[in-house]
Amino acid sequence: MSEQKHPDLARREFLSSGAKLTVAGVTLASGVTLYTAAQAKPAEEAVTSKVRWGLLIDTTKCSNGCNACVSACNEWNGLESKGRPTTDAQWIRKVELKNKSTGMSHSLPVMCQHCEKPPCVDVCPTGASMKRADGIVLVDRHICIGCRYCMMACPYKARSFVHEDLENQRPHQPRGKGCVEACNLCVSRVDGGQLPACVEKCSAEGHNAMIFGDLNDPTSAIAQAVKQYPTRQIREDLDLNPGVRYQGI
Amino acid sequence: MKKVRFTQFDGGMGFWVLLAILGTVIAAGLGSMYYMEHSGHWVTGMSNQVVWGMPHVFAIFLIVAASGALNVASIGSVFGKSMYKPLAPLSALLAVALLAGGLAVLVLDLGRPDRLIVAMTKYNFKSIFAWNVILYTGFMAIVGVYLWTMLDRSMKKHSSKVGLVAFVWRLILTTGTGSIFGFLVARQAYDEAIMAPMFVVMSFSFGLAMFLLVLMATYKMTNRPLGDAVVLRLKNLLGVFVAGVLYFVLAYHLMNLYATEHHGVEAFILRDGGIYTNLFWIVQIGLGSLLPLALLYGPTGKCRAWIATSAVLVILGGLAQIYVIVIGGQAYPLSLFPGYEVSSTFFDGVVNNYQPTLPETLLGLSGIAIALALTAVAVKVLRFLPESLGDESVDSEADEEAAAAKAHA
Repeated sequence: MSEQKHPDLARREFLSSGAKLTVAGVTLASGVTLYTAAQAKPAEEAVTSKVRWGLLIDTTKCSNGCNACVSACNEWNGLESKGRPTTDAQWIRKVELKNKSTGMSHSLPVMCQHCEKPPCVDVCPTGASMKRADGIVLVDRHICIGCRYCMMACPYKARSFVHEDLENQRPHQPRGKGCVEACNLCVSRVDGGQLPACVEKCSAEGHNAMIFGDLNDPTSAIAQAVKQYPTRQIREDLDLNPGVRYQGI
Repeated sequence: MKKVRFTQFDGGMGFWVLLAILGTVIAAGLGSMYYMEHSGHWVTGMSNQVVWGMPHVFAIFLIVAASGALNVASIGSVFGKSMYKPLAPLSALLAVALLAGGLAVLVLDLGRPDRLIVAMTKYNFKSIFAWNVILYTGFMAIVGVYLWTMLDRSMKKHSSKVGLVAFVWRLILTTGTGSIFGFLVARQAYDEAIMAPMFVVMSFSFGLAMFLLVLMATYKMTNRPLGDAVVLRLKNLLGVFVAGVLYFVLAYHLMNLYATEHHGVEAFILRDGGIYTNLFWIVQIGLGSLLPLALLYGPTGKCRAWIATSAVLVILGGLAQIYVIVIGGQAYPLSLFPGYEVSSTFFDGVVNNYQPTLPETLLGLSGIAIALALTAVAVKVLRFLPESLGDESVDSEADEEAAAAKAHA
């Protein structure tokens, strides 16, 4: 009995060791390589605003036709298509852009932009739409009433409503019919010191078009990249300061 | 002010037939709700692109009309027009009933209607939706007290004060309803301060049209006298309100047409939007505004049948207007990347399709049926209706002026 560890402690040690092993190599430009190591947060420790999780997407490395980030997201979060595209949940989608006057084209993923001032959180009547101190925007499925006002308010069309019964749910990602949901930056992975599924997959495929990290940590790869290269936010005019930024558009 | 006697009425067969018809519609609405909630919303026309559909059109129409239906009572108690005072109980009753119908539809279309208690107990005070929940329940309570002051002699002395509170509250309520859209920065068709006052004037028009129809139908069915003094003043007022809505619609579109960033959505609604363009020009503007104005102020304006037709047209125009605002506003794609052609698997950059289904429409119609059934039952069992609204029983404008002059002297 005395050798048996407390389950929480065992889990924490496991996550901690996992975090130490999680190292993502990121190539920013030829000859410039930055590394980021995400640290697991102990389970009993509250998230703080010292961290601001962010995502930088380099559209010059994101190739037209590649859907790796989307399939990784669907796989990790258990988003199964019912063959009804208008009502199937999509937390991340590839958007193809073509400049109307110049003809220049881009391909990029769009997901919840994790705004500093999220309109979905402002309009939610019950407070189910919420922003964690570390900048991750989430839906509390226990108090979401399914009114869809957040979907009306989101400037990025990032949210999906669960239109039908769910099967094969992932234990780490509970979902609910009749509730609204969206990308949560793979919050359970991030809290465990891992990268979001889309970022990991993009890197594994060799594209390295996505950098995830702490925007508040000046030594992080993402903070250095956004300082060094010009980046854009979608709908900058709204001044929502999204945590997701784009390079190359 | 002339003495008015309020009584309930002996319904007879007609009342029960009416109740059976309304009950059938309500049952169909509840059945639809069960079907939609059991299967999930994929069986409706709504999707991840058009998230609010037919139920919201009916719910918003009813909520807006509810506050407007109270106007008749307000004109009597707040603005002291004694002709309107006998109409006040029915006005307040209809206001509560319409709101109950609208809220029922809104709640029954939620993804999780079983969590209504969450909506009533957890508030995010930055959300205009949360404020609306408070405004709706407050409206019910205040108008309930207002009715009490009208129906209980011992409370009558408080009627004008409570009436004033109810009037101010209803203005705030409709401002809140309009702000649901006005506060949406994301979409091209919304994000306009004018939405709030426009909804207030819409409520005047839709609410009075509903009131006029219910009044005329009730008096016809109960064989009670309803004189021209009441009907013609109400129809003139309806004309003013219809013109008021037209003014706000004109101002809204002119403002949008000036700004280049809104040209896309304006072209969509006014020219290229198919069903939305047709609903706007033919139903909202043509049948729902210009035709009623012509009927109300033309030679037909003294004929009851044409007045009733005008009120029906105003209601149809109002439903079309809300359809264009709610669904047209969502059908037009969000502008994430101005200057780019956009495409994705999530329908970026394309006009979103919405086909209302039968269950959604039945749920919406059941809201109207709930409102009418509540009103019918209440006027049968309680003393809401004056025995006579004949010209000899109500104060004319001349009587009101004489009374005002006497009070002034």
